[in-house]
Amino acid sequence: MHIVVAMRQLADLVEELEVNGDGTDIDRDFVKFVSNEWDEAALEEALTIKDESAASVTVVALDEPDVDQTLYAALAKGADRAVKLTGHDPSAWVRTRERAQRIASFLAHEEFDLVLTGVQAADDLDGQLAGILGSTLDIPHAAVVVGVELTGSSLRVAQELGGGLVGVSELELPAVLGVQAARQAPRYASITRIRQAMQTQKIEEQEVSLEVTTPQVTVRRLYPPEKQGGATMLTGSAKDVATEIVNILRSKGLV
Amino acid sequence: MPVGGNKQAPVITELEEAIVVSPLSGREWDVSGATSRMLESRVLTDYGSAGFARIAALEGGESLEYCYGCGKCVPVCPVDLVSEYGPRKIHRRVQTGLDLFRSDELWMCTTCGNCLRVCPKQVNMIEVMPAVREVAMADGTIPEELQQVMEKTFRYGNALGENPRRRHAWTKGADVEVRVLANDPRPVDVLFYVEDYWSYHPRGQQAAQAFARILTSLDVDFAILGSEEKTLGDSQRLAGEKGLFESLMEQVVEVLSKYQFNRIVTPDPHGFNALRKIYPKYGHDYEAMHYSQLLASMIDRIEFQGTLDAKVTFHDPCYLGRHNGEYEAPRKLLEAIPGVELLEMGRCRENSYCCGGGGGGMWLDGFNSNHASERLSERRVREAAETGADILAVACPYEVSRFEDAAKSTGNEHLRVMDIAEMLDIAMRAQDWRI
Amino acid sequence: MAIAVLVVGERVAGESPDVTFELLGRGRELADALSGELAVVVVNDLDEGAQFGIADVLYVVDGMDSASYSAPQWEAAIGAVIQRVSPQVVLVSTGTVGIDLAGALATKFNAPLASYVIDVTAQGDKLVVTSQLYGGKLLSEGEIDAFPAFVSVLPGSLPVEKGRAQGSPRVEHIDAGDQLRLSKGRGTELREPDTSGVDITSAALLVSVGRGIGSKENLELVAELAEAMKAPLSASRPVIDQGWLPKPHQVGKSGKKVKPTVYLAFGISGAPEHLEGMRSAETIIACNTDPSAPIFEVAHYGTTLDLFDLVPELTDIVGG
Ligand SMILES: Cc1cc2nc3c(=O)[nH]c(=O)nc-3n(C[C@H](O)[C@H](O)[C@H](O)COP(=O)(O)OP(=O)(O)OC[C@H]3O[C@@H](n4cnc5c(N)ncnc54)[C@H](O)[C@@H]3O)c2cc1C
Ligand SMILES: Cc1cc2nc3c(=O)[nH]c(=O)nc-3n(C[C@H](O)[C@H](O)[C@H](O)COP(=O)(O)OP(=O)(O)OC[C@H]3O[C@@H](n4cnc5c(N)ncnc54)[C@H](O)[C@@H]3O)c2cc1C
Ligand code: SF4
Ligand code: SF4
Repeated sequence: MHIVVAMRQLADLVEELEVNGDGTDIDRDFVKFVSNEWDEAALEEALTIKDESAASVTVVALDEPDVDQTLYAALAKGADRAVKLTGHDPSAWVRTRERAQRIASFLAHEEFDLVLTGVQAADDLDGQLAGILGSTLDIPHAAVVVGVELTGSSLRVAQELGGGLVGVSELELPAVLGVQAARQAPRYASITRIRQAMQTQKIEEQEVSLEVTTPQVTVRRLYPPEKQGGATMLTGSAKDVATEIVNILRSKGLV
Repeated sequence: MPVGGNKQAPVITELEEAIVVSPLSGREWDVSGATSRMLESRVLTDYGSAGFARIAALEGGESLEYCYGCGKCVPVCPVDLVSEYGPRKIHRRVQTGLDLFRSDELWMCTTCGNCLRVCPKQVNMIEVMPAVREVAMADGTIPEELQQVMEKTFRYGNALGENPRRRHAWTKGADVEVRVLANDPRPVDVLFYVEDYWSYHPRGQQAAQAFARILTSLDVDFAILGSEEKTLGDSQRLAGEKGLFESLMEQVVEVLSKYQFNRIVTPDPHGFNALRKIYPKYGHDYEAMHYSQLLASMIDRIEFQGTLDAKVTFHDPCYLGRHNGEYEAPRKLLEAIPGVELLEMGRCRENSYCCGGGGGGMWLDGFNSNHASERLSERRVREAAETGADILAVACPYEVSRFEDAAKSTGNEHLRVMDIAEMLDIAMRAQDWRI
Repeated sequence: MAIAVLVVGERVAGESPDVTFELLGRGRELADALSGELAVVVVNDLDEGAQFGIADVLYVVDGMDSASYSAPQWEAAIGAVIQRVSPQVVLVSTGTVGIDLAGALATKFNAPLASYVIDVTAQGDKLVVTSQLYGGKLLSEGEIDAFPAFVSVLPGSLPVEKGRAQGSPRVEHIDAGDQLRLSKGRGTELREPDTSGVDITSAALLVSVGRGIGSKENLELVAELAEAMKAPLSASRPVIDQGWLPKPHQVGKSGKKVKPTVYLAFGISGAPEHLEGMRSAETIIACNTDPSAPIFEVAHYGTTLDLFDLVPELTDIVGG
C-alpha cells in the first residue's frame, strides 16, 4: 500500500493579509506561509493507516515559501519520503487547477493506491483539489472525508453530507480523498525530531515542466470585506458584560 | 495520582501478628503490631531497576536514582502542597514501576528548584524532568495544551501565537520614543529584550511601557529588536523542547550578531536564566541583566515626584531568586519607593513559593488542574493576602496575569498585582496607584 | 430555447436543502439575463416537482440508489446531464456534494470554476463572481468569460425565498445507467445523525463553544456554565473533531441546524459552515477576542472579551 499525501503552504491567517500593488493577489512578500491545516489532517490519517498496516507514505508538495519545514515535519512524524515539485514560480499564487495538474504529472510516474489531501484550502478560488485531481487522473474521489477504512484492496470512506448525515461509500483504488478530519488530532513532531530529519533525510526534488492552460476565473480585484457592524458590542469588564448578557437571557425567560 | 490533588490517606501496612526468625540462631522475636514497614511485603522485589536505568541513561537524568529517601524535598515542593509530589515521591513511584515517560506526573514539576536547594544528594529535577520530557515529546506524548504552545513558538517565535510583526505594538502606548534596532541600527548601551508576555499580554505591555518611560527618564541609551525579537524559550526548554530552544537560540544569536550593544536587559527571569546559564554552555556569552538589577544599580538617580503609600509584599520569582541568586535588587527598588512598606511573606527569598508558571506550567493550567486541589498561584495569592498587603509586587512577566486571575478566584480582589516597573513609574510620575 | 443555467439539486435524503433554492432564485436571474432556460437536476424522482416551480425544466436522473451517496456516482449522473443539455452555467453549492462535483466536472468539461461564491451576476457575456477567500478575510471579485462555467456558491449567501416558487416545470427523465455502471464507486449506506442523549435542536438556549476554547481541559469551564444555565452544550466542528464533545453536539453544515431563542457563541469565528447551522437563531450573542471575526456579522450582541474571563463571570451570576 502506497499512500501519497499532497500537502501545501498557505498564507497564515493569523496575520493581516495585504493586497498587492495591482490588487489581484495577496502581498506575498509580507505574509508568513504555513502548512494547510486540512493537509495536516490528511497526513495524520495516512500515518495512522501506516501505523496499523504496512503502508508507505510519500508526501508531495509544490515548492512554496517554507515548504521544507512542512516536509521535514512530515518526515519527522513518520512519512517515508518527501518530494518537492519545482518548475513553477514558487512565490506566485499557484491556482488549484494548475496545482492539480502538477501533482498529477508527478503521480503519472508513481505507483500509488491512495492520495490523501486536505478537503480545502482558504484560497481555493478554482475549486478544491481532491475532485480536480481525481478527474485529472480519471480515478474516483471523495471530499469532506471523515472516515477512511482500508481493508486489502477495498476502500470505504465516510463523508459528511449536510444535516449531520454521513454517507458511506466504497471506492475502487487508486482514489483521491479530500480529508476533513483524521481519526485523531495531528501528532506532534518535536523540533529535535524535525532537526534530526533535516540532518538524516533528504527532500527529493522533481521538476515538473508543464504548459498549463486551464480556464479559470480572472481575478479583477481582491479586497477586504466592509464591516457591516451588525452586532451591538457589549463593553466593560467581564462582570459588566456578563451581567448584560444575563439580563438579555432573563428578558426572554431563559434563566 | 489522586484526582483533585487531595492527599492520600496513609496505608496501614504493619502486620497484626508477625514473628521474625533469625536465620542464624533460629531464635524467634514476636514483633506483632510493631510500627515497622520492613515487615510489609517487599514490593521492590516485584520491580526491576529498568525504570531508573532508562532515566539515568539520559543526559541530565542521572541524579534521580541518587535519592536515598531522606524526605527533605517533599515539604518544600510547591506541588506537593496541593497534590502528591516531590522528588522523593517520584523516586519511590519510579522504583515501584511508574513509567515516568508516560505519566501525568512528568508534567507537574515547575522546575522551581526548591527541592534541589535542600537535597543532600543533589537530585536535580531541573535536569531530570526536561530530559525525560524531551524523550516523551519525541515519542509524541505531550499534553495537548503544551503541544499547541510549542507549535506556536516554533511558528511565530512567541508562546502566545501572536503576530511577530506586532511585537513592538506596545511601544505606541509608552509615550516615549522606543528605538527599534532594525530601523536605527546604531550601537546602543542597553538592548531591552522585551520577551513574550511584556510584548503581547496587555498587562505585560503596561509594564513594558512603564519600564521604557523609566529608562528614558534616566537617560539610558536603550533599544529593542522589535519584530526581529523571538522568545529566548527557556520555559519551552524546561518543558522538554530542547530542540526548539536550540533552534530559537540560533535565530536569536544571528539577529544579535547584527547589532552592537553592551548588555541585554530583560524583564523575564526565564530569559535571563537562559542568557546567563544556558547560552554560555553553547558558547554564546552576553552580559545579561534582569531589569531589576539595572534599575537597582541606578536607584540613586531615580527621582520620585510622588509617593506610593501602600503595604507591599514581594513574590520572588524562582528563576530570579533561587536559580540566579538575586533577592536584593527588587527589594532595593521597592524600599526606595517613598511610601512603600515592605512586608515579607513567610515563604520568601530562598524558600519562595513557586507561582506555578515555570517549566511549562504556564501552559499546563488545564492539564495540571486535574491533579491539584488548587493552583499554585492561588495558594501564593492567599499567602500574599495574609500579610495584609495592598499590593503584590512582581518582577516576572508571567506573574501579573497568573496572580490577577488568582486574586479574583480566591476572593482577594482587593490585592493589586503590580510589576515593580509599574510601581516605580507611578511614584516617579506622582500618579495614584489606586487608579 | 437552450438551457442557460443548470442548478444541481443536492438532495441526498430527506428534503431539498435550502441552498438549492438559493441557487434557483439566482439561477432564474442569470438564465433571464443569458436569454435561456433555467433547469434543475435531481437524482431520483421526488414526486415533488412542483416545489421547483421557478425552473423551466426539471431533469430527473433515474436509476440511482436513493439510500446511499457516492461521489463517483453523482459525478457520473450529473456529468451525463450536463453532456446532454449543454448548459452555459452550472450552479452547485460549496458543500460536500458541490465540492465533490464542481472540481471534477469542471475539469472533465475543461470549464472554469469559481468556488466560495457569495454573489454571481451576468454582465454582458461575462459572469461576475464574488468569492470569499482566506476564511472570509478577503473577497475576490472575478470574471468568467468562457462557457460552460461552474459556480459553486457558499450556502447562506443568497436569498432563499426567491427560489421557492410553486409551479410545474417540464419534467424530463434521464437515464444515466450506462455512465453509472462505469462509475468506480458506489454508496453503501447513509447513516442518520447519532441523536442519543442530548438534543440541541430543541433547546431554547444553547451554550456553544468553538476552537477558541483551546483544549479539552478548558471545555470544563463552559460545561459548568451550561450546567448553571440548564442549557445543552453545543460546539463548532473543531471541538467535535478533537473528540472534546460527541458528535450530536455539533452545530453547522455537517452538524445540527439549530434555532434556539438565544445562541451563546464562545470562541467561534463564524465560518460559513458554522453560520449555516445557527444563523436563524432568534438572538445570537458572540464572545470572540477577534473584533473582526465574521461571527459578529450575524451576531446581535457581541463582546471581544476573552471567553476565559467572561465564562466564569457568567457562571457566577447564573449559578447564584
Ligand atoms: C529509605 C531507606 C530504606 C532503607 N531500607 C533498609 C532496609 O530495608 N534494610 C536495611 O538493613 N537497611 C535499610 N536502610 C539502611 C539503614 O538505614 C542502615 O544504613 C543499615 O541498616 C545499616 O546496616 P548495618 O547495620 O549492617 O551497618 P552499619 O550501620 O555500618 O553497622 C555495622 C555495625 O557492625 C558493628 N561491627 C563492626 N565490626 C564488627 C565486628 N568485627 N564484630 C561485631 N560487630 C561489628 C559496628 O559496631 C556497627 O554497629 C534504609 C535506608 C533508607 C534511607
Ligand atoms: C463541508 C464542510 C462542512 C463543515 N461543517 C461544519 C459544521 O457543521 N460546523 C462547523 O462548526 N464547522 C464546519 N466546517 C468547518 C468550518 O469551515 C470552520 O473551520 C469551523 O466552523 C471553525 O470553527 P471555530 O469557529 O470554532 O474555530 P476558528 O475558526 O478557529 O475560530 C476560533 C475563534 O475563537 C476566537 N477565540 C480564540 N480564543 C478566544 C478566547 N479566549 N475568547 C474568545 N474568543 C476566542 C478566535 O478569535 C476565533 O475567531 C465545515 C467545513 C466544510 C468544508
Ligand atoms: S523543582 Fe520544584 S516543583 Fe519540581 S519537584 Fe522540585 S520542588 Fe517540586
Ligand atoms: S531531598 Fe534528595 S535525597 Fe532526600 S528524599 Fe528528596 S530527593 Fe531524595
